[in-house]
Amino acid sequence: MKYAYYPGCSLKGTAIDFHTSALVLAERLGIELKEMEDWVCCGASPIHQRNPILASGVANLLLSLSEGISPQIAVLCAACYHNMKKAEVEMREDGKKRNEVEELSGIRFNPEVRTRHFLEILDQDLGLKALQEKVVKPLSELRVACYYGCLLSRPPEIAFDDPEQPTIMERILEAAGAETVPWSHRMECCGASHAVPVTDAVLRLVNDILASAREAGAEIVACACPLCQANLDMRQDGILAKLGVEHNIPAVYFTQLLGLACGATGKDVMIKKGFVSAVSLLREKNLL
Amino acid sequence: MSKIGVFVCHCGENISRTVDCARVAKASGQIRGVVVAKDYKYMCSDPGQALIKKAIEEHKLDGVVVSACSPHMHEKTFRKAVTEAGLNQFLCEMANIREHCSWVHEKEEVTTRKAIELVRLMVEKVKRNMALEPIRVNVTKRALVIGGGVAGIQAALDIAQGGHEVILVEKDPSVGGHIAQLSETFPTLDCSQCILTPKMVDVGSHPNIKLYTYSEVEKIEGFVGNFKATIRKKARSVDIDKCTGCGECQLKCPSKKIPSEFDRGLKNRTAIYIPFPQAVPARPVIDREHCIYFKKGKCKACQKVCPADAVDFEQTDEYVEEEVGGIVVATGFDLYTADKQGPYPDYAGYGEYGYGEDPDVIDGLQFERLASASGPTGGAILRPSDGKEPQSVVFIKCVGSRHPSKGIEFCSKICCMYTAKHTMLYKHKVHDGTAYVFYMDIRSPGKSYDEFVRRAIEEDGAVYLRGRVSRIYRSGDKLIVKGADTLSGAAVEIEADMVVLATAMMPQPGIEGLFQKLGISYDQYKFANEAHPKLRPVECATAGIFLAGACQGPKDIPEAVAQASGAASKALILFSRDEMLREPVVAKVNENTCIACWYCVEICPFKAISKKEIRDRKGNLIKRVAEVNPSVCTGCGTCAATCFSNSIDLEGFTDEQIYSEINSLMAVGQDLFPEPEPEKGEGESPDEQAA
Amino acid sequence: MQEVKARCGVDLARCYQCGECTAGCPMTPEMDAGPTKTLRLIQLGMEEALFSLNTPWLCASCETCTARCPNDIDIALVMDVVRQMARLKGKKIPIRETRVFQDVFLKSVENNGRLYEPGMIAFYNLKSGNLLHDVILGPKMLVKGKLPLLPHTSKNREKLREIFRKAEEHEKKAGEGETDSGHGESGH
Repeated sequence: MKYAYYPGCSLKGTAIDFHTSALVLAERLGIELKEMEDWVCCGASPIHQRNPILASGVANLLLSLSEGISPQIAVLCAACYHNMKKAEVEMREDGKKRNEVEELSGIRFNPEVRTRHFLEILDQDLGLKALQEKVVKPLSELRVACYYGCLLSRPPEIAFDDPEQPTIMERILEAAGAETVPWSHRMECCGASHAVPVTDAVLRLVNDILASAREAGAEIVACACPLCQANLDMRQDGILAKLGVEHNIPAVYFTQLLGLACGATGKDVMIKKGFVSAVSLLREKNLL
Repeated sequence: MSKIGVFVCHCGENISRTVDCARVAKASGQIRGVVVAKDYKYMCSDPGQALIKKAIEEHKLDGVVVSACSPHMHEKTFRKAVTEAGLNQFLCEMANIREHCSWVHEKEEVTTRKAIELVRLMVEKVKRNMALEPIRVNVTKRALVIGGGVAGIQAALDIAQGGHEVILVEKDPSVGGHIAQLSETFPTLDCSQCILTPKMVDVGSHPNIKLYTYSEVEKIEGFVGNFKATIRKKARSVDIDKCTGCGECQLKCPSKKIPSEFDRGLKNRTAIYIPFPQAVPARPVIDREHCIYFKKGKCKACQKVCPADAVDFEQTDEYVEEEVGGIVVATGFDLYTADKQGPYPDYAGYGEYGYGEDPDVIDGLQFERLASASGPTGGAILRPSDGKEPQSVVFIKCVGSRHPSKGIEFCSKICCMYTAKHTMLYKHKVHDGTAYVFYMDIRSPGKSYDEFVRRAIEEDGAVYLRGRVSRIYRSGDKLIVKGADTLSGAAVEIEADMVVLATAMMPQPGIEGLFQKLGISYDQYKFANEAHPKLRPVECATAGIFLAGACQGPKDIPEAVAQASGAASKALILFSRDEMLREPVVAKVNENTCIACWYCVEICPFKAISKKEIRDRKGNLIKRVAEVNPSVCTGCGTCAATCFSNSIDLEGFTDEQIYSEINSLMAVGQDLFPEPEPEKGEGESPDEQAA
Repeated sequence: MQEVKARCGVDLARCYQCGECTAGCPMTPEMDAGPTKTLRLIQLGMEEALFSLNTPWLCASCETCTARCPNDIDIALVMDVVRQMARLKGKKIPIRETRVFQDVFLKSVENNGRLYEPGMIAFYNLKSGNLLHDVILGPKMLVKGKLPLLPHTSKNREKLREIFRKAEEHEKKAGEGETDSGHGESGH
């Protein structure tokens, strides 16, 4: 199983733990992720908010960089996945759009290319059974709230699971022994890139999300998007300061949990990078 | 030599505005075989018709071509006129120079030339027309009504009162349909069982009505006036004649955990059950899928306890055949559900409402059961999850309906009214509760309907919020409803105790199977198609089959009842004569040339062709040929096009006639559109001479 | 409405103002008006009122509206386009911070080929005039090793810039329907 790997800017910066834990996990699972060369930023939200076709043009460039490695592109960042998948689906289904984007970017679109999110790869390509076999330290009854966020399942055209009631993350983490909790804010927006310019809105939204997770009895939140994790993790201090609510619930990446389940160390998955520490909780569960 | 008369109509100025009618008449007069050609302003009027009749008498015409509007409009008129003048009606045809010419072109030279061409074609055809007589078909004066809801009941009663026998077939154990499930009906708030049960009893006891409940139509053969229906009487496992309806069996049955269809899953029933107290017939049925005896071979408690020895586990499905002349389809509706895997797999469920999995998110019919005195809560409004009285209930309209992205575009018509009714039923029982309604529009067009909705808002305090609901999720004891009110521009969040979804009104799931057996058409949602949406709402395009009720489209009770009476009247018209007349333009097989390949038999959409054996006097088989039943044949011509040996032709529409039309067109030099003029003298034709 | 359709193919004639987008939008508490009203102003061509709303600048692009619209209208895309139109028409941007963030982010990407997060945040504070914004967060992130010290660049930087340039030309023409963007589709 070989994939062209597109990390995206965050994964080499603020979300270095996501990137590292994913590579560690992939190695243990026998998934080869070869990083694409000379990749550029996908533009996340600002790019399509500035000019939608610019986003498609850049996405087309990124899709073309998989050439020589594999037509299957593995992506971890939800925003990158969203931008690339959207462009890929649009260009494949709409000939006029494809012509326009090809002209703008000066690059031909290869309709064989497939943008895949890592969750998809684990569920469909590897299979839950194969994953289960690699688990050496089951996440014994760790009560996890799986947080999907927005960009993995909306709009429905790019979703790789039910767009309103997905179960993919739950199934994957349950295969690794975790106990997932049903909770109401699984797919509610965290505020994304408004974290910088409209911080108060993010504090409000994250507060609601974490409150819902705690109400459902979760001990830890598993994220699949670097910006969601950043917001859920790094803003808890701000929520305490501005809204007076202390949540103290760690938010980690699903790849970190799976990495630990497959025998990696806390250092391997960079567990200490979280602002709200998950270390003591995970030690309690004998995972560290 | 033919003696054809051509009559060109101006149609006021509908035709004469773009076509030079006088010239058309003059040119027509030049066609070989035409002995008289006139034009007139309104050919369909009395003087116009008189003109035609006079010409027939004067010139001893043997064919008439009326060059005017579409035959759909006035063919009957002119055929009647020529009959009065003594000419066979099938020797009169119309050349459509209005819809096919004057209405679709500009006032130009070519337009008039085209009109002349169209007349010429028809003249060539009429020269070869045959004098035909309408086909006479016997009519069996009995009706089959499929469906025992209010529409089926009304149609059956009307036809029965009209003096004819009715076979009423209902697939459920009792008649009554959905109205029996309701609590009170709008706009009068009548108790629905009170208004329905008298009709149910009538239908069960009327001497002219033969009631088959727990039965389905297996097969339909035949054609209008002469249908043969095969009905499968499903095995009740109870002998209805012996059973007294005492209900002891229900009390003793140990299999008690089956979700009741009548209560829409809010309550359980037993395996042997009478669906509801007022059932007609009030006799139980055994649900063999859940009966312990049928599953495991043990129990038989009902049989042991039955004082009339009416339980019969050996009973099998019985097939009966009934001959009828007309069929009324009244199969009704069912409700769309928000489920992921609902009864309508073609349409997406509502994941944003949790796929309706929360027990306190219910649909309209379930709310009716809560409010109904015969329901699971005895008429108290209690929520399913914990049986507590909900203090705030949110009603959401347009769930499924008017939702193109989920696949349904139509409006279900009744939800605005029944939601207003629900708020009133709720408030009448929970005085301190609050009812919220999320709506996009309020459609209340009937008599006293708008006043009814205003009453819900003004007198009973229902809070109407104009906006849709984006999401419903549970938080502890409450359901959080995230909606909007566009009138104030606000996003609105309500903590509700219960949510009622007004879901789309759909035809019965899988009903297309029955429609295909009947040979009637249906639309993309599987609603049965009426013959004409405006002018023929109770008939199908298939002769002898009529429609009543929600199977044709969403409608409320007064409309269903009115439509049922309409369908009944159509059936009574059919039965008013011993014989029916049908158009004789039907297919006929030349038995000398037929090679018995049977392609026509296979391809006929109406199953009108059968295999015939020709034997000599000693009974030896000479040959097999195809035979067309003129009573069923609709003259579509598919067989004529298919026949390899060219042995089938349509009477009055023969290959020869069609070729002669085409030839005449070719003879004139093809186009009516600008092309190089032919050499002088080449292909000159009467119309060019006339020009 | 015509210009929006020309730019992105979304036909707002299909919007029957049901309010579902507003109902599901996470940012409505901060917005002047929900997305429903924003679309209404576009339908009616009320430009002044439209561009004075902070709504498109608060849109988080969560696409909840797009996913749930009963008429398959890509509302999030319309928000993007309204932002675009506001800039092109030289309107005063109701929320300065969001525009600054967008500019600073894209500038960093254009310069380096990849986003240089620390640089972007520093520039943002500078340009928004909010020098002390997230001032505690920065050092904490540095300590945790979450901030790269130097920008990462890409050899495809030039190609990326070329795409940016071409897109700029495109958006000038798109408004007049001179491009293929508006092909009457729902613009998913």
